[in-house]
Amino acid sequence: VATAHPTLQSAGPVVGSRSFLSRLRDGDEIARLITFLFAASVVLITVLLVYELWINSALPRQKFGWHFLVTQVWDPVMDDYGALPFVYGTLVSSTVALLIAVPLGIGASIFLAELAPARISDTLQFFIDLLAAVPSVIYGLLGMFIVIPFVRATLYPALNGAFGFLPIFKGPSYGPGFAAAGIILAIMVIPYIISVSREVLLSVPRDQREAALALGSTRWESTWKVVVPFAKPGIMGSIFLALARALGETMAVTMVIGNTPQIKASLFAPGYSIAAVIANEFTEATGDLYLQSLVALGLVLFLLTFLLNGLARLLIIVTTQKGSGRGNQ
Amino acid sequence: MSLRLRWRKFVSHFMLTLTGICALVSVSVLFLILGYLVFNGGTSINWAFFTRLPTPVGETGGGMANAIIGSAKLLLAASLLGVPIGFLGGVHLAEFSGAKVASVVRYAADLLNGVPSIVIGIFAYSVAVLPFKRFSTLAGAFALGLMMIPITLRSTEEFLKGVPVMLREGAMALGASKWRTITSVIVPAAYRGILTAILLALARVAGEAAPLLFTAFGNRFWSPGWRQPTAALPEMIYRYAGSPYEDWHRQAWAAGLVLLGLILIINILARTILSRGISVPRS
Repeated sequence: VATAHPTLQSAGPVVGSRSFLSRLRDGDEIARLITFLFAASVVLITVLLVYELWINSALPRQKFGWHFLVTQVWDPVMDDYGALPFVYGTLVSSTVALLIAVPLGIGASIFLAELAPARISDTLQFFIDLLAAVPSVIYGLLGMFIVIPFVRATLYPALNGAFGFLPIFKGPSYGPGFAAAGIILAIMVIPYIISVSREVLLSVPRDQREAALALGSTRWESTWKVVVPFAKPGIMGSIFLALARALGETMAVTMVIGNTPQIKASLFAPGYSIAAVIANEFTEATGDLYLQSLVALGLVLFLLTFLLNGLARLLIIVTTQKGSGRGNQ
Repeated sequence: MSLRLRWRKFVSHFMLTLTGICALVSVSVLFLILGYLVFNGGTSINWAFFTRLPTPVGETGGGMANAIIGSAKLLLAASLLGVPIGFLGGVHLAEFSGAKVASVVRYAADLLNGVPSIVIGIFAYSVAVLPFKRFSTLAGAFALGLMMIPITLRSTEEFLKGVPVMLREGAMALGASKWRTITSVIVPAAYRGILTAILLALARVAGEAAPLLFTAFGNRFWSPGWRQPTAALPEMIYRYAGSPYEDWHRQAWAAGLVLLGLILIINILARTILSRGISVPRS
């Protein structure tokens, strides 16, 4: 079959001159078939994953419909479930994380891409990569024993004392809560923002910087007014990527968010997140509706991260291609 | 120098210094984490940690020998699932497939890579735990193996495509078949990069606790064979850290130090020695 269109061979020279039988004897066709089965299994697994999530969340979808997403009740005793407290907790903790991580991460990536000599930049990037490799359960451990005491003893008194009139800093604090989860998540996603943003900034063509400098701008002006705007979609991509990671993060958040299904304006109040409730209650869920409601939460989480990842990838590809395309001129 | 220019220069210096501080703060977090773990874990670690089973609840002492062996077994079985699928799939993408098939597989792999680990856990529960009605080492390894596939596949493809065309043409000109060219020329030329990526994938899943919670489940005893629930280091850290016992906190720190040490050593070795001169793609 393959002899008919040898031009389809993407890499490597044309092999169309040899007959199908000789390639069969050489094992080429067998190898092609076997490796195809493995490649196809990746697609199969992904489709199966979506299918299982969909099928296993049928009960709550039928019973609650879209109300599932906007109902506040989570009551296993009465068998009544709503996702709102978890969606709220996930979004709030991730927002806090981004508010901390985005300025820090972008600042650091500007330093690494624009200012630091290649050697120092590579060394620092190496440490950033190691930071990205630290498992989430270890962040959770540090969160429980460092961040929570810090929030309770230092951050809460300071912010509550100075800005206690704001609803987000009002009320008591026991330590665990949205703020603690946000801080830990921020530390976790900073490496992703730095790595991707640095790469995007490095792909900005040299002539952009030189033109700005030649027109008399200072180093910072050329960076902030020319290079960063050029790389903006890619930097946005890195932020979406970080957001997707933060939304799906399980262990670290479970250990510090307080695991209380409630919606409170105060960042110091305990809350709950989608991933955390699945981690805590999945093995204890009795009854089909309870279990399937948790799977439905998993489906919501999957769809959220799916959309964000797709958007992020698109933005990053657009920026780096724009950069390298201009650079080749 | 005019006042305005002086101001602009001041702003430039100020902001650029600020970006340097951002970088310094971000990197110093790594050393803070390391320092804290070495300090807390180093004082708690002892020989019993590596050789003894967990003691009954409330009793001090004991270790995590079962979790260490459990993690090793999980990683071994996960590699047996994830590496062949990722590697051979990557070979297909780089060497055999047309553009359409390749883009579909690549899309699926990227999608799988972005799935939160807890959702992978739900999936593994519904296909590897429910049908057999038992938590098992194999189910946990299935979840971890799935997470290894995308990284292995994408980097295999990248590194194979990076092999110079001249090498291929040389082998083909000598009359080697395509398969022969792949096995004896292309893969050997790209193996260091691929091995690096596999090691990094392994290091990543070694620290995962979320997909194990309802697949491998955890176990306070030895887990004989492959069809029993098993403990794993990250999962033990989670359970011990959340417990009310001081001695369990101590052991959680020790386990954290061992786990992080292993993961960082694999990362450093893979990134420095094995992949010298190769740019490793980030997951």
